[in-house]
Amino acid sequence: MDPLMNELAEALNKVVGFIYPNEVELQWSILIVLYPYITGLVAGAFILASLERVFNVEAVRPTYRLSLLTALSFLIIAPLPLNVHLGQPQRAYEIFMTPHFSSAMAMFGFVYAWYLSAVLLLEVWFDYRKEIVMWSQTEKVWHKRIFYKVLTLGVTNISPASLKIDDKIGRAITVVGLPSAVLLHGYVGFIFGSVKANPWWSTPLMPVIFLFSAMASGIAAVMLLYMFLTWARGKAIDMLCIDTIGKFLLTAVIISFTLEMLETIQKAYEAQEHFDILALLMEGKLYLSMIVVQGIMGALIPMFLLGLVQLVKLPDNVRKTFYSAASVLILIGIFAMRWNVVIGGQFFSKSLMGFTTYKMALAGREGLFSAVVIAVLPFIILSVLLYLLPPWKDEGRSGKGGVA
Amino acid sequence: MKIKMKPITRRQFFKTVAGSVVSFAALLASAPRAFAEKFFHEPPWLTKSPYWGMAIAVDNCIGCGKCVEACKTENDVPRQPYFFRTWVERYMIHRSGETKVESPNGGMDGFPPIKKSGDMMRSFFVPKMCNHCENSPCEQVCPVGASFRTQDGVVLIDRKYCIGCRYCIQACPYGCRYFHPKLHVADKCTLCYHRITRGLKPACVEACPNGARIFGDLSNPESPVSKFIENNTVQVLKPAMGTRPKLVYRGLDREVR
Repeated sequence: MDPLMNELAEALNKVVGFIYPNEVELQWSILIVLYPYITGLVAGAFILASLERVFNVEAVRPTYRLSLLTALSFLIIAPLPLNVHLGQPQRAYEIFMTPHFSSAMAMFGFVYAWYLSAVLLLEVWFDYRKEIVMWSQTEKVWHKRIFYKVLTLGVTNISPASLKIDDKIGRAITVVGLPSAVLLHGYVGFIFGSVKANPWWSTPLMPVIFLFSAMASGIAAVMLLYMFLTWARGKAIDMLCIDTIGKFLLTAVIISFTLEMLETIQKAYEAQEHFDILALLMEGKLYLSMIVVQGIMGALIPMFLLGLVQLVKLPDNVRKTFYSAASVLILIGIFAMRWNVVIGGQFFSKSLMGFTTYKMALAGREGLFSAVVIAVLPFIILSVLLYLLPPWKDEGRSGKGGVA
Repeated sequence: MKIKMKPITRRQFFKTVAGSVVSFAALLASAPRAFAEKFFHEPPWLTKSPYWGMAIAVDNCIGCGKCVEACKTENDVPRQPYFFRTWVERYMIHRSGETKVESPNGGMDGFPPIKKSGDMMRSFFVPKMCNHCENSPCEQVCPVGASFRTQDGVVLIDRKYCIGCRYCIQACPYGCRYFHPKLHVADKCTLCYHRITRGLKPACVEACPNGARIFGDLSNPESPVSKFIENNTVQVLKPAMGTRPKLVYRGLDREVR
C-alpha cells in the first residue's frame, strides 16, 4: 500500500472526537514550519544590520556584514521548503506570471523577489565594492581573481568620491530595506493571520508577533554566529558589541513574549466558541512544545539570563556564556513557536470538536531528512559567502566599535 | 555601554514625517469607500442567469450515504476514507449536554445502529458539501487564481493550473477541500458542473432517495431551490465567517458546525 495511505490509516486511528473526514490529512508539514523560521532569521538578521546602518548604533558594527551575509544565505533558501512542499512544483513560477492579488501567498512572492534583488544583493554589493575591486587586482588564486573581476561588474573606480556615493546608496538601500524586511516577515505572519477559518491563526496580531519573534531569532542567530566565528578565528570577542546586541535581543524577546501573552489572554477572556478546543490544544498536544519549550525555555529563561546581565555586573566570560545560552534557547524556542503555529493550528478540527495527529515521516519529500537538508543549506551557503567575501577583512577599517 | 545615535536634523525629520503623513492620509481617506463598496452586495442571481444554488433539508436525510457513493463514483473521488466531496455526519445529542458526532467513511456505508441509551435526546444526519460561497475564502487565498468562481456561481478548481500549495484547504472553514493523492492538486465539489451545464442534476441530488438535497437555479423564482428558500426557514453554516454560502439548510441544529 501507498505510504500516504498507511500514514492516513494510522492517523485515522488516532483521531480524538469528531473531525471533518477531509481533515485526517494534515496539510502543512514540517517544511512549512521551516519556511517562516528561515524567513524570520532573514528579517531578524537584516534588522540587526540596519541598526548600524540606519540608526548608527556603532557598537554592533562588527556584526554588520555578518548579519547581511547571514540574511542573504537564509533568504536564498527561504522559498525552497515551499517549493519542495508544492504538489506541482513545476508550476511555481505561475505565482509570478499570473499572481492572484488577493492572495497573501502570491504577494509574498513579490515581496521576496524585491527583497532579494533590490535590497540584499544590492546592499551587499555596494558594501563590498571597494574590497571586491581590490581583491580583483590583488588576489593570488586565479579563479578567485576572475570571480571578483566578474563581481566588480566592470566598475573599478574606488576613488574616495565614488566610495562616498557607495556609502550614500548603501544607506538609502538600508532605509528602504528596513521596511522591506518588516514587510517580508509581516507578510509571512499575514499568510497565517488572515486565515479566518482557523481561530488559532486568525488574529491581526499575527504579523506583529511573527515580526518580533523573527527579530529575536535573527539577532540570536547572528550573535551566536559572531561569537562562534570570532572564537574559531582565535580573535577576541568585542564585548561592547555583544552587550549591545544582548540588549536588543532582550527587547525583542520581551515584546514578542508580551504580544503572545496578550493574544492568549484576550482569547481566554473573550472565550468565544473556539476557545474550548484551543484550551484543550494548549494543555494537551501543545503542552510540551508550547508551554515548556516555547514559553519557559525559549522566552522566560532567556529573558532571565539577558535581564540579569542588565541588572548585575558580571564578568566577561559569564556574560558570553549567558549570551550563548540565551541565543540557543531563543532559537529553539522560536522554532517551537513556528511549530506551534503551523502544526498546532492544524491539530484541531474546524468543527471545533476533535483532533487529528501529525507523525513526521523520516524519509520522503516532506520528511525529517529533507527538512534537515534544507536547514543545513543556508549554513553551507554562508560558509561559501564567508570564504569569498570575508566580513572581517574590514576589521582594520572599523576598529573596535569605532567609526570607519 | 551607551548606544550612540547620530542626531537627525530638524529639517530631515520634518521631511520624513510630513511625507509619510501626507501619503497615509491620502490612503486613509480613500479606504472606507473602497471597503463600503465591498459590503453592498446585490445577489448576483438578479443579473446573472443561470446562477446555481443548493439546499439541504436536514429533516429529510436518512443517513443512507447514497449521495456520498454517487459522488465518489460520478467524480472519480479517491475511494479511501480521507477524501470526500460530500459526506454525511450523524449527530447524537444527549441530555447530559454531551454531543457525539461521527461520520464513519463519510457516511458512505450508512451508520451503525445507535446503542439504546436513555440519555440520548435526539439524533439526526447532516449532509455536508462545498457551500459554493459568494465570498469564498478558498478562492481568495489561491496564489495563482486556480480556484475561481464561474459566471453561474460555482466555485471550481483548474487542475491544470493549481500549484498544490494547499492554502485553499486551510482557508475553507467547512473542511470541504482535500488534496488529491494521485493528481497532487486540491480537489472539491464542482456541483457536478459537467452535469448541471447539460441540464442534469448533481449526482448526489439524483441519488438521494428522500429529497433531502434540492438543487436549482437561484435566478429562476420557480426553480426547486428558489421555491425551497421561499417556503422554509433556512440557515447557512458558520454565518459569522462572512462567506455567504449558496448552500442553505433547513432544520439545522445549534450543535452543527
